[in-house]
Amino acid sequence: MLHAAALAGQRGDRVLFEQLHVELAPGTVTWPRGRNGRGKTTLLRLLAGLATPLAGEIRVAGALERRSDPASRRGLLYIGHQNGLKDDLSASEALAFLMRLAGSRPAAAEIEGALERLGVHAKRHALVRTLSQGQRRRVALARLALLLATPLWLLDEPFDALDVDGIATLNELLGEHAERGGATLLTSHQALSLAQPVPQVLDLDHHASGHGRA
Amino acid sequence: MTDLFVAVLLRDLKLASRRRIDTLLPLVFFGVALSLFPLGVGPERETLRLIAPGVVWVCALLASMLSVNQLFAGDLADGSLEQMLLAPQPAVALAAAKCAVHWILTGLPLLVATPLVAVLFDLSLPAFAALAFGLLLGTPILSLLGALGAALTLGLRSGGMLLILIVLPLATPALIFGTGAVGTVEAGLSASGHFSLLGALLIVTALGAPWATAAALRISTE
Repeated sequence: MLHAAALAGQRGDRVLFEQLHVELAPGTVTWPRGRNGRGKTTLLRLLAGLATPLAGEIRVAGALERRSDPASRRGLLYIGHQNGLKDDLSASEALAFLMRLAGSRPAAAEIEGALERLGVHAKRHALVRTLSQGQRRRVALARLALLLATPLWLLDEPFDALDVDGIATLNELLGEHAERGGATLLTSHQALSLAQPVPQVLDLDHHASGHGRA
Repeated sequence: MTDLFVAVLLRDLKLASRRRIDTLLPLVFFGVALSLFPLGVGPERETLRLIAPGVVWVCALLASMLSVNQLFAGDLADGSLEQMLLAPQPAVALAAAKCAVHWILTGLPLLVATPLVAVLFDLSLPAFAALAFGLLLGTPILSLLGALGAALTLGLRSGGMLLILIVLPLATPALIFGTGAVGTVEAGLSASGHFSLLGALLIVTALGAPWATAAALRISTE
C-alpha cells in the first residue's frame, strides 16, 4: 500500500536516519520505535508528503509521492501532533472543516455520530477553546470514524492526552481499519495496548545515521 | 480546487466574525492615523488637499501590513496549515483564498471608509473618485503581496520586521501610480494611464503571487 525504499530523513542539518525501508501492507499496524529525537515525527511527515526526503523514494499504491502533486495525497490521512482545530470554531464545525479539506462532505448526523463514537458528543456545540486537551484530541481523531474509505492512516502520537476509555475506543477503530484492509503507521512513546492486529515494530535506532561507526 | 478555496474562505470569514475586535483593527488604525494628519499638519486646505492621496495610500499600506502578519501564523501554530496543505487539491487555492480573505477584511473596509477622507482633506469629487478607484485596483495588490511576504517569513522569529522589508519595496509602484492618478485628475488631466498601469500591476500580481505564496508555504512548513 505504501512502500518507501532507502529513505533518509533530516531535521535541520542533522541526518536522523538512513537506508530505512518502510512497507505498510494492508491490514497491518506499524509502530516506529526509537529514542526521543530519532526522527519518528520526521518519518511520519516524510510519508505524509509534508517534507521531502533527503534520499530514497516513497510510493503510495504504486505511484510516486511528490509534494507538489496533490493527487498523490489522496487516500492518505495524517493526524499530526497538533490537532488542527481552530479555537473559535465549535467541535462539530472544526470537524466538518477538516472533513471538507479531505474532500468529503458528511451530513450533520454523520458528524454527530463520529463525535459520539469518540465520546465528545455532549461538547459538539462547545467552542474548541473551551475543550480540554483530551477532548480536542478526540475531536481530531473523530475523522477516523468517518474516513473509513481512506486506506492509509498516519497518526502522530494519537494516544496523547487520551484517558483509558479513549485509548480503548482508538484501539477499536484501529482494529476495524485493519479488518477493512487499511494500513496504519502510528507513533507512541508508551507501549501499545493494541491486541489485534499485533503492531509491527520498526526500529529507528537501528537505522540511525552513523550507527555502528561511533 | 474551488472547493478548497470556498472552504477556507468561508471558514476564515466565520472566524473573523467571532473575533470582531481583531477584525476591525486595520480599519480603526486607518481611521485614527488619517484623522491625525489634519490635526498635525494644520487646517490649511491647500496643504491638506496636496498631501491627501499620499497620506491615504501610506495609511492603507500600513493598515494592510498590520493584519497580514497573522494571515498564516495562527494556522501554523494549531496545525490547521498542515492539514490544508495535505488536502488533495492544489495549495494555490489555499493561497488565493487567504488573499481574498485578507482583501475582504482589510481592503474592502478601507475602500468603504474613503468618503471620510474626502471630508477630512476637503477633496473635490473627481479627485475623490480617482482616489477610490485607485484604491479599488491597488488594495488587492497589497493583499496579494502581503500574503506572499507572510508566507515567506512564516515561522521566523523576527518575521514581522522582515515582512515589512520584503513587501514595502514591492508595493511602491502601486503607491506611486495610485497617488499619481489623483494628482493628474486635480491638474485637470486624464488619469487613465495611471489606472492602466495599476490594472496591469494587479493582473501580474494576481497571476504570479498566489503560486509563489503556495510554494513559500510548502517551504515554510517543511
